[in-house]
Amino acid sequence: MDKKELGEFIKSTDQDLEVKEGIQFAEVTVPPSKLHPLAKMLREAEQTQFDFLVCISGVDYGQDLGTVYHLRSTKFDHTVVLKTRTSDRVHPLLDSVADIWNTADFLEREVYDLLGIKFANHPDLRRLFLDNSWGFPLRKDYVDDINIVTK
Amino acid sequence: MEEQVKNISTDEQQEYVINMGPQHPSTHGVLRLVVSLKGETVKSVQPHIGYIHRGIEKMCESITYPQIIHLTDRMDYLSAHINNEAVCLTVEKALQVEIPDRIKVIRTIMSELTRIQSHQLWWASFGMDLGGLTCFFYGLRDREKILDIFEETCGSRMIVSYNCPGGVMYDLHPNFQQKVKDFIKYFRKILPEYDQLLTGNVIFHERSKGIGKLSLEDAISYGVTGPSGRASGFSCDVRKHEPYSAYDKVQFKEILFTGGDTYFRYVARIQEMWESMNIIEQLIDNIPEGPYAVKMKPVIKLPEGEYYQRVETARGELGAYIISDGNKNPYRVKFRSPNFVNLSVLNHIAKGFKIADLVAIGGSLDLVIPDIDR
Repeated sequence: MDKKELGEFIKSTDQDLEVKEGIQFAEVTVPPSKLHPLAKMLREAEQTQFDFLVCISGVDYGQDLGTVYHLRSTKFDHTVVLKTRTSDRVHPLLDSVADIWNTADFLEREVYDLLGIKFANHPDLRRLFLDNSWGFPLRKDYVDDINIVTK
Repeated sequence: MEEQVKNISTDEQQEYVINMGPQHPSTHGVLRLVVSLKGETVKSVQPHIGYIHRGIEKMCESITYPQIIHLTDRMDYLSAHINNEAVCLTVEKALQVEIPDRIKVIRTIMSELTRIQSHQLWWASFGMDLGGLTCFFYGLRDREKILDIFEETCGSRMIVSYNCPGGVMYDLHPNFQQKVKDFIKYFRKILPEYDQLLTGNVIFHERSKGIGKLSLEDAISYGVTGPSGRASGFSCDVRKHEPYSAYDKVQFKEILFTGGDTYFRYVARIQEMWESMNIIEQLIDNIPEGPYAVKMKPVIKLPEGEYYQRVETARGELGAYIISDGNKNPYRVKFRSPNFVNLSVLNHIAKGFKIADLVAIGGSLDLVIPDIDR
C-alpha cells in the first residue's frame, strides 16, 4: 500500500485518529491510550502486517514529550509513522510495545534514558547509557552543569 | 572433608555471575557483558553500555548540517563513509537537490570499498577470537591497500568525512581508478585464501555450526539487519529495497541464507565481499564526467518538516531521522544505529550455549561499540 491507501485504511479503523500524508510516509498522531491497540492492530492486520519496528525516537516538542515509531512491513515493504505525545513532563508515561516487537525493549530503554519517558508494562526499564543520578539530556530544558555551553 | 565436597556440589548448581569487559579483547571495545553462568552454560547476558556515550544526538542539535557529517564518522568508524552518506542524502532530499551521476557513482564505489575493508577487519578479528591468529595478519594486510586508496583521495584513512551535502569534498585522485582496479584484481585472488584458512577449517566448523541460532521470526522481531539478519533469511538489504546513489544502476545479488547460526553469518559476510567487488567492477570503468560537488548555499537550512533516510552500512540499516524547524541547526536528530539494535538480540541467541561460544556469537554479530553508545 502506498502512503495514501495506508492513511485511508488507518482512518477507516478509527475515525478519531489524525492521519496526515507526510513528505515520505503516512503519519498518524495517536493519543497515548490508543497507541498500544493501534500498534497491535497494525502488526496483526492482514493488509498491513507491520512486523518490523525500525526505530523509536523520543522527541521533546517543548510543551510536550513524545515518541515517534517507524514501522515497516517486511512482506509489503511499506512504512508508517506513529506519533504520540504526552503533556505531563513530570511523570510522562506511555504504553510499552515490547510485547509486540522484541526490539522495543532496548529502544524504549534508550528513550527512557535520554528523555525520561516511562513505559508501562516494559519488562526491564532501567537506564541504559547514563547513571541514575543524571538528568535527561535530550530534553530541551536540560542544563549541563559541567560543560556549560551556551549558544 | 565430606562437608567440603557437599559445598562444592551445591555451588555448582548456583548461578555464577561474571563480568566480561569492559576491557576484554573479544568485545572489540568498551562493552561490558554481565554473564550469568551455571557451570559453563550461559543463563543470561545483560549488556551494560554507555562507556563511550558522547551524546552525539544532543551535540547535533547545536551544530550545523555540514558539521554533523564529521560526527557520524565517529559512530561506526568502520563504515564512516556510509554514515556520512546517510546525513548527506537526508539533507539533499530535504532541499530537493539534484545530484549528478558522477557524485552518485563516486559515493557508491567508496561505500563498497568501505564495506570490503570493514568485512576484512571483521574477518581478521573474528578469526582471532576463535584462536586463528593468522587471520589477523591476512585481514589487516589486505585492508591496508584500501586505506591507502582512501588516503590518496580523501586525505584520511579511516575517519574519512569525504561526503558533504551536495557532493564530495575533493575530486578523485588521478591514480584512483588504476589503484582500485589493481586492488580488485589482487583481492579476487586472495579471497579464496580466506576460505582455505578459515571457512573450510574443521575446528572452525565445530565452533560455529549450530551455535547462536537466530530464526527468521526473531530476526525480524528483534530488528536484526545487515549480514546478521540476512543469514537468517531476513531480506533487509536497503540497497535492493530502496536503492540510493547508483545502486539502481548495478546488478548484484542480495546474499540470503536460512541457517541463521554463527557459521552462516560468517559466510554471508564473505559472500558480500564478492558482491561488493562485482559492484565496483561495474562502475569503476565508466565514472561519468562532471562536477564532483553541487554548489550549495553557504548556510544550509532545511525546510520545516521531518526526514528519514536509510542506508545499508556494513552492519545493517542505519537510519537518519531529522526533524527540522527551519533553522540552520536541526531540532532533533535520531540515528537508528544497526549495532545498537543487533546487540539487543545477544541475550536471546547466546542463552543455553557455553561461555566460549559467547565469544563466537558476539564476534559473528560484528559489533562496533561507538555505534552502540553514540
